[in-house]
Amino acid sequence: MPVAHDPHPSLAEYAHPERLVTTTWLAENLDTPGVVVVESDEDVLLYDTGHIPGAVKIDWHLDLNDSVTRDYVDGEGFARLMGSAGITRDTTVVLYGDASNWWAAYALWVFSLFGHPDLRLLNGGRAAWVAEGRPMTREVRPVEPVPYPVVERDDSVLRAFKDDVLAHLGSPLIDVRSPGEYSGELLHMPDYPQEGALRGGHIPGAVNVPWAKAAAADGRFRSRAELAEVYLDGAGLTPDDEVVTYCRIGERSSHTWFVLTYLLGFDHVRNYDGSWTEWGNAVRVPVVQGSEPGTVDT
Amino acid sequence: MSDDLPAAFAEIADDFSAATTRQRLDLLLEFSDELPGLPERLHDARDSLERVDECQSPVFLTVEVEPDADRTVHLFFDAPLEAPTTRGFAGILQAGLDGLSAAQVLAVPDDAPMRLGLAEAVSPLRLRGMVGMLGRIKRQVRVKSG
Repeated sequence: MPVAHDPHPSLAEYAHPERLVTTTWLAENLDTPGVVVVESDEDVLLYDTGHIPGAVKIDWHLDLNDSVTRDYVDGEGFARLMGSAGITRDTTVVLYGDASNWWAAYALWVFSLFGHPDLRLLNGGRAAWVAEGRPMTREVRPVEPVPYPVVERDDSVLRAFKDDVLAHLGSPLIDVRSPGEYSGELLHMPDYPQEGALRGGHIPGAVNVPWAKAAAADGRFRSRAELAEVYLDGAGLTPDDEVVTYCRIGERSSHTWFVLTYLLGFDHVRNYDGSWTEWGNAVRVPVVQGSEPGTVDT
Repeated sequence: MSDDLPAAFAEIADDFSAATTRQRLDLLLEFSDELPGLPERLHDARDSLERVDECQSPVFLTVEVEPDADRTVHLFFDAPLEAPTTRGFAGILQAGLDGLSAAQVLAVPDDAPMRLGLAEAVSPLRLRGMVGMLGRIKRQVRVKSG
């Protein structure tokens, strides 16, 4: 039986309110059959210091990536991961995490490549739950493994590869990194370690909309009107545009992918997970430096 | 493999090496939990602590060198509870190096953090933060014991 959506008025204005839940809804549904809560953080130990009661941990680095090839797990690996987390194909999965849900949105995007039907994000993420003084625990409940079907990953709709981006040049691209990374001054996030790109700058024509413009001060998403101002008026997008988002490894741009797709109702948004750590190292791809999008040479 | 490490650090390295990936994370969490807070006298001196830029989370450290014959080294860290991995790295260095002589700390190989078998569990990239901490500790020891 499908789990009812969160009817909270604060979500109703978004294009797909069924993709979000509030902290209040989650608190009331922690023990609802058919709901599994997943925490996905940047810091791999954060879950272990305390998490929402009953939540399982999925680590982007250990669980979602293939351990050898730079790629995600395959259908069998995904089935194993989901099954061992107690998730069936019918389960309502609620994801949350640190850093305004960067990594939760990233996990949600990867789950989407496998077409898991019911995926929802906790608006505000871990920080909102903690700020409201809601219960956290270190107890890791044993999970009864369940069967999950082997579904092959579909990279054709939501994911862009380097060649796709080359073919897409001239069409809308959103670079969600910080202005310093976009201009080429920085080869990594401010305050983050160097992550090895040989060239700085951005993909020609890409508009810079740092991901955090979608987040309010409390980590929740901005209102639909505010989002429209940023992405429609500001960046010049329209909801039927084909858009590619990228950042450094595809995690921050998953956040923007979520915003464009589910909050603003875009139908054709792909995330380029190779992002700058691929483009900035690739031989002979065009790069623009400075604060202007630049033009595409045809 | 840990022959050239000081005894306490070598013991930690051996514990990590003997553990499974999952157990390594548990061990790291213990170090995070047990990282001593800043002593009272340093609370007001937070500005004098050195920021470790190699870490993604805000972590600060300072080194004190005693005026004794060994030039005994003490380490102090300040890292937020929301950054347990970084706290764990700091905890390992604290437990492995605090109380050693300046000469012993300076003799620790720069790649010591890479010998804990943590790369698989926390990604080599994050480990660079710990290498950065060690580098900064050694530099402070060099300056303050000179």
